[in-house]
Amino acid sequence: MKAFRTMLFMPGNNPGMLASADSLGADSVILDIEDAVAKSEKDAARILVRHSLTDLRPQGVMCVVRINGLETPFWRDDVAAAVAGRADVVLLPKCERPDDLREISACIDAASGGGDGIRLMALVESSRGIENVSAIAASGGRLAGMLLGAEDLTAEMGARRTPEGAEIAYARGRMLMACKACGIAAVDTPFPFVTDMEGLAKDAACAAQFGFSGKALISPHHVHAVKEAFMPTEAQIAWAARVMDTAKAAERDGKGAVSLDGMMIDLPIIKRAERILQMAE
Amino acid sequence: MTQKFLPDLVSALREAGLRDGMTLSFHHHLRNGDFVANMVLEAAAKIGVKGLTIAMSSLFPIHKAMIPHIESGLIAALDTDYMSGPLAQAVSRGILEKPVVFRSHGGRPRAIGEGSLKIDIAIVAAPCVDRYGNINGTQGPSACGSLGYILPDVDHAQKVLAVTDFVSEAALTRVSIPHNRVDHVVVVDRIGDPAGIVSGSISLTRDPLALAIARNAQAVIRASGLLRNGFNYQTGAGGASLAASLFLREDMRRLGLKGGFLLGGITKYMVEMLEEGLFENIFDVQCFDLSSVHSMRDNPRHQEISADTYANPKQKSCCVDFLDAVLLGASEVDTGFNVNVLTDSNGMIIGGSGGHNDAAAGAKLTIIVAPLIRARLPIVVERCTTITTPGRTVDALVTERGVAVNPRRADLIDRLKEAKIPVCSIEELRETALRITGVPKAPARTGKVVGVVEYRDGTIVDKVYGV
Amino acid sequence: MTVGQIASAQAGTLESNDIFIRMTAAPDGKGGSIAVESIVMQQFGDDILQTIKDCLAAAGLDGVDIHANDRGALKCTIVARMEAVAARYKEARR
Repeated sequence: MKAFRTMLFMPGNNPGMLASADSLGADSVILDIEDAVAKSEKDAARILVRHSLTDLRPQGVMCVVRINGLETPFWRDDVAAAVAGRADVVLLPKCERPDDLREISACIDAASGGGDGIRLMALVESSRGIENVSAIAASGGRLAGMLLGAEDLTAEMGARRTPEGAEIAYARGRMLMACKACGIAAVDTPFPFVTDMEGLAKDAACAAQFGFSGKALISPHHVHAVKEAFMPTEAQIAWAARVMDTAKAAERDGKGAVSLDGMMIDLPIIKRAERILQMAE
Repeated sequence: MTQKFLPDLVSALREAGLRDGMTLSFHHHLRNGDFVANMVLEAAAKIGVKGLTIAMSSLFPIHKAMIPHIESGLIAALDTDYMSGPLAQAVSRGILEKPVVFRSHGGRPRAIGEGSLKIDIAIVAAPCVDRYGNINGTQGPSACGSLGYILPDVDHAQKVLAVTDFVSEAALTRVSIPHNRVDHVVVVDRIGDPAGIVSGSISLTRDPLALAIARNAQAVIRASGLLRNGFNYQTGAGGASLAASLFLREDMRRLGLKGGFLLGGITKYMVEMLEEGLFENIFDVQCFDLSSVHSMRDNPRHQEISADTYANPKQKSCCVDFLDAVLLGASEVDTGFNVNVLTDSNGMIIGGSGGHNDAAAGAKLTIIVAPLIRARLPIVVERCTTITTPGRTVDALVTERGVAVNPRRADLIDRLKEAKIPVCSIEELRETALRITGVPKAPARTGKVVGVVEYRDGTIVDKVYGV
Repeated sequence: MTVGQIASAQAGTLESNDIFIRMTAAPDGKGGSIAVESIVMQQFGDDILQTIKDCLAAAGLDGVDIHANDRGALKCTIVARMEAVAARYKEARR
């Protein structure tokens, strides 16, 4: 799950950036062949991304490739490059229906060399996509998670994008719930105000509080602050450790119900404690 | 009493007794905005002397004007702590018969004090002089702040000549060099270009890799156990070194610490830490921006110090000896932790020790910060092209891809492990880099020795070969 | 792109860590030349030249002139840019 905590976008046609993919502290890198690459350079970016993944595989990070959308003539070649590079995840932009994912998945299946372990993420960034999140999240198969794209969404809505983000509260909540219901990762939208570090810290704290698995980032300068926001506090860690100790002791002693500080230790509490300890590692 | 104010440089040099083969010393506080050295050499050329040694604490691109004077025979030798730009390249290509003597900022005053570097005429680029001949660096249109590097020269030179573009009517209250040390003063139109002397503000790097390195370096400082009240600190002027002060500041605020002094080349960020109360003092041999010039002028806790006080290893003590931690850059680091800041990987001269090997020798914790790979070249090499700072004085190399600790510092390795900071060997760092870059061929070099590298204590640690 | 009758293509940029490569049909239609400029010429000049030759062979191309300006690109970047320029060149020749 930690792989979804910080997911850093990097332009797919920039060799310097690609070479530093595993040095910037992000848990995942999203090698972008879509918006960050001019139409005339799609071919070169695709080749560069493939070679970066095969010859200079970033170590210790999840490698995601953002392909071009289904409405473009590029996406099939992009998928082929992602499969050849054995990307961990293919990120489909402008995802609006479960069928979009099925089409990508079929293309991966068909690709020579097979994409056995390759998973999918849906970038939901339109009102139609948001209205369909439950169906998208439930499409199963390779789908590992969903990412909210608030820039395109708010532009389409005619909403004003603010650091506080009231305009995307509904979309966040709706997507989050759909993901939770299906047990897939829910990843929050990037914070677009690149130099507003205070705003970033608040925005990331809000995402962590809501229960998002993590957050996408458009600047390497955002990695540290977002990681901090998703890091449990020392008090939380101490609490979680005591919960686990208590639960283990109860199991050893064959006790059914136990309590800690007057609170019943049941399965949801144990799961929460486990998650805190996992995030604290 | 001699006649203090003289009308022009030619008459002042004549009055000071300029002859063939003399050593003239200069300082570099006007950095790449310095007009004084070039102006004085122009005057010496008019007089028609030959075979001078120019001992200047650092040489910058603007000093390319010395190249024709070398060709004409006016200049026969250079003695410096750092050089960059066209003059440095000309030296690398063998323009001088005699090898350049490269010293450190502490080794230079040691050599002057011992008499191994004898100065006939010391030339002070003086931003402000009063009518008695008192000098300071904080007033006037070419204010540069500290004059620390020329103070040892003034103490030991046969003659002292000040060149200024600002004469204060009122007697100075802040005096760096008193009139009783000054033989002559010449007033000229301008001693320098303020834009090249101090930057309005040095902005911190936005390079994400440099910031990643800086953050790792601060984590090492935090884990070292040295970060406590009274912490004394110096940083180099490179991107990652400067950026690390941001993270140091965050740590000191969070831990509620009050440091001792900040040392070396001073910037706005250090002044802000002083003013915020995070440090007690700044000891300043050189100001890098206007904020630090103003701070030194106005804040009694921001003091000018001489190069002797800063780093001379033969004094009874020097400031670098009191350092807890220093962050320094590198062009190359070898597997013995030796550092090169003098030549690039083609062997071309691009710098010099400056205060590098002084601070490294003095500090309890010396951290080299550098990207592991620069333009397909691994920073870690088997043997440095040129050694400026010996590996025994270096404790750790911090890169974006890992931290290597000198095996001599088992205690530090333990502390980092305790703080869960992954430590690897420097050989492992080199392997990591080579896996990414491939194995580079060692550059060809001519047999001609164009420089000798003198360590701060006077021993010769390496030679610089031509390219 | 075709300049007059001569097929030509380019790929890459002059940004640091990248390499700019131009491929042109050799004037006499055979032979072909490779010119490399690099900021790491001393350390990797031979290696870059060999990589370009290997890529040409892999693409089944000869009779082309190559001009490469390298800004410290890693080998995988050189290979990727060669693959891109070769594909574009073949497209231009058709």
